[in-house]
Amino acid sequence: MSQMIIANRLVDGLVVFMTAAGSWAESIADGVLIPDEAPDGDESERLLEVGKDGERDCLVIDACLIEVEERNGVRTPTSYREEIRARGPSIQAEVN
Amino acid sequence: MYRYDEFDHQIVGERVAQFRRQVARRLNGEMNEDQFKPLRLMNGLYLQLHAYMLRVNVPYGCLSSKQLRKLAHIARRYDKGFGHFTTRQNIQYNWIKLEETPDILAELAEVEVTAIQSSGNCVRNITADQYAGRARDEIEDPRVWAEILRQYSILNPEFSYLPRKFKFALTGSPHDRAAVAVHDIGLRMHHNTAGEPGFEVLVGGGQGRTPVIAKTIREWIEPEHVVSYVEAILRIYNMYGRRDNIYKARIKILVNALGIDKFRELVDAEWEQIRDGLLKVAPEELQRIDAYFRPPEYEQLEDLDDELGRLREQDAAFGAWLTSNIIEHKVRGYAIVNLSLKAPGKIPGDISADKMDRVADLADQYSMGELRVSHRQNLVFVDVRQADLHALWRELDALELATPNIGFVSDVIACPGLDYCALADARSIPIAQDISRHFNDAKQLQEIGNLTINISGCVNACGHHHVGNIGILGANKRGKEFFQLTLGGSSDENASLGDRVGPGLPQAEVPAAIERMVDTYLDLRKPDERFLDTYRRIGMEPFKEVVYGPDGPKKRHP
Amino acid sequence: MMALIRDGRLVEDQFVGVADDGEMPDQGPVIVSLARWQSESEQLLRRGTPVGVRLKSDEHPEVIAGELGQLAVVALEFPVFRDGRAYSYARLLRDRYGFEGEVRAIGDVLLEQLHYMERVGFNAFEFDSDDPERAFRIASEDFSAWYQPAADRRATVAQLRSKKRPT
Repeated sequence: MSQMIIANRLVDGLVVFMTAAGSWAESIADGVLIPDEAPDGDESERLLEVGKDGERDCLVIDACLIEVEERNGVRTPTSYREEIRARGPSIQAEVN
Repeated sequence: MYRYDEFDHQIVGERVAQFRRQVARRLNGEMNEDQFKPLRLMNGLYLQLHAYMLRVNVPYGCLSSKQLRKLAHIARRYDKGFGHFTTRQNIQYNWIKLEETPDILAELAEVEVTAIQSSGNCVRNITADQYAGRARDEIEDPRVWAEILRQYSILNPEFSYLPRKFKFALTGSPHDRAAVAVHDIGLRMHHNTAGEPGFEVLVGGGQGRTPVIAKTIREWIEPEHVVSYVEAILRIYNMYGRRDNIYKARIKILVNALGIDKFRELVDAEWEQIRDGLLKVAPEELQRIDAYFRPPEYEQLEDLDDELGRLREQDAAFGAWLTSNIIEHKVRGYAIVNLSLKAPGKIPGDISADKMDRVADLADQYSMGELRVSHRQNLVFVDVRQADLHALWRELDALELATPNIGFVSDVIACPGLDYCALADARSIPIAQDISRHFNDAKQLQEIGNLTINISGCVNACGHHHVGNIGILGANKRGKEFFQLTLGGSSDENASLGDRVGPGLPQAEVPAAIERMVDTYLDLRKPDERFLDTYRRIGMEPFKEVVYGPDGPKKRHP
Repeated sequence: MMALIRDGRLVEDQFVGVADDGEMPDQGPVIVSLARWQSESEQLLRRGTPVGVRLKSDEHPEVIAGELGQLAVVALEFPVFRDGRAYSYARLLRDRYGFEGEVRAIGDVLLEQLHYMERVGFNAFEFDSDDPERAFRIASEDFSAWYQPAADRRATVAQLRSKKRPT
């Protein structure tokens, strides 16, 4: 099990994932993965702090840690709610 | 319909400018999210799972075709091409950007539409009977009072930081289509023994985690005093409502804690001080607003029972639609037409921008350019000539807006649920889709008759599941979605809260469970009994048995 | 900087806030808590300088309604800006109890709430701003027409409409 930092972007509310550089990407594949067995267990704390900087800099809201796993080769949040956030609604809206 | 004068335009324009500044101050860091959140909520903007959601008011459910076209345009330009009509007669957009919201509000203001106080701890959109002013069973049209209360409640400086949200509903018909019994304040227009119109005032109703049927605080009050009486209630609530626990902060909690008699004492004492002040509705202002709600020029027409009977025989589909979607109009020769947004497999309440434009055109052509939004997440044309019904039906049918299911089992009410909402525990839309796909035969729908199904994706109950004949509540257990069923709820003048059937079911078992319960009703009902009536007569056991008993669907799935 | 705006102007606060267990200054106007006022009102008044009382958000002004003639300031606290009880307290102070002294907003007082606060009867505001007069002016100009009557006695839209009507 690994972790990532997820948030909503302030200007448009879109779900974003924090990258290694501390910026924010819309695709989960571009987000930095915090391995569970990181040598110093404070890695997730440190990265969350960087995430909170994103809040202070008015880039994102509600930066938090979520658990992710590989499912059929695709990086997916383990919780169903976060999976919906990452992938979008489970139903197709009618747009015409 | 009410039309803005220069003052309404001025106020709404200033509100948009104020929000534009607030957004700028948020984006440049002058305000943090805690400071900004109540302000954006009071302008209708929620942060949901994927994006911001904007909730736009449709005051007491009344919309013009011009306004609907603008709503379509907003969906197209600023969202993903669709909108969602809610159980409180509002419309929601799911993919809104904060930085574009001031522009959206400015565009809406052009057609006299706002998102002011559609959320937040303040007075929300005031809802009313969707057939107001038109239904044959109506005693008094409540819309003029809904408008007066709307102007009173928006941008009210004293009551914008209440302990919690505050919702009003009005009805002028003895058959309550506005669910006044489950609102913070419900107003029922009726006549006193002297034949004078006035309001019964109900207080402290609500759903959510602790559903409560409202209590009558006043049997009858003169309309000219309704605003001051409402102010007295709001003031008592603002001062004494709980502030320590958001789950115990609604007025229903305060009314329960004090008891209705003590609560009434406090309100009446406050009201005595203010009843004859500036809040007494001046006759000229009443007249001015009332003029907007006078009935239109109707043609002198006859009821077309024979003609419609003939068409009904020729075309079963048209006949089914007449039976379920048409409501009797006050005026001879006219009809009220429900546009069902619940075709099989559709998302309840959702409609595309293109369809909104088509509906606007049809409203112009067939219903004097106006329409209503119903609590059932459908739309309504309230002034259709009976002579036009067949032609209108053909048009609606082509748009999939003519499913003959109003108030029937496939006319499911559902909140957006976990597919959109940050508060949800489970998805409600797929269940609604399953149900409407399953019960898709017009004859079957008529056979079953009136049966309301309401789905909420969490305990906040935005789908109003407590007052569904069948309620479905989504929950999350160890990462899996489970759905709890309730039976016997009703939001009409004999309001009741549903009773729990049993432990939550997995999603796959819900349609079968419903089917079993519907079959039980069909087996055991007496003539003229609706599902609700049969349940009230025979109780829970027969229904529980078919869901959880040895032959129930649970046992059939390995 | 923390500033006091009174009647739209940045002013020096002559009042000293005294804690419940704090030493009372020998002279000068003071603002004390309700509890301290209730136990020491005589001594406070004997000092011969203006006295103010500070109410917490769960302290209803009716408890001092009869003594308002002796008070120069009633300060209403916002523990958090979302706690809206003081909007009603201010309204009652003005409209019900006829208080004509200073009604001061203290605590979590922010620009975006100033307009409503002023409408319900606050005329003084303690808040943090680089340019408090400007902030107050911006807020007070948010609206120029109002639907409801409030403590500020501004004409309501209904009244303006009736003036415009041909008689």
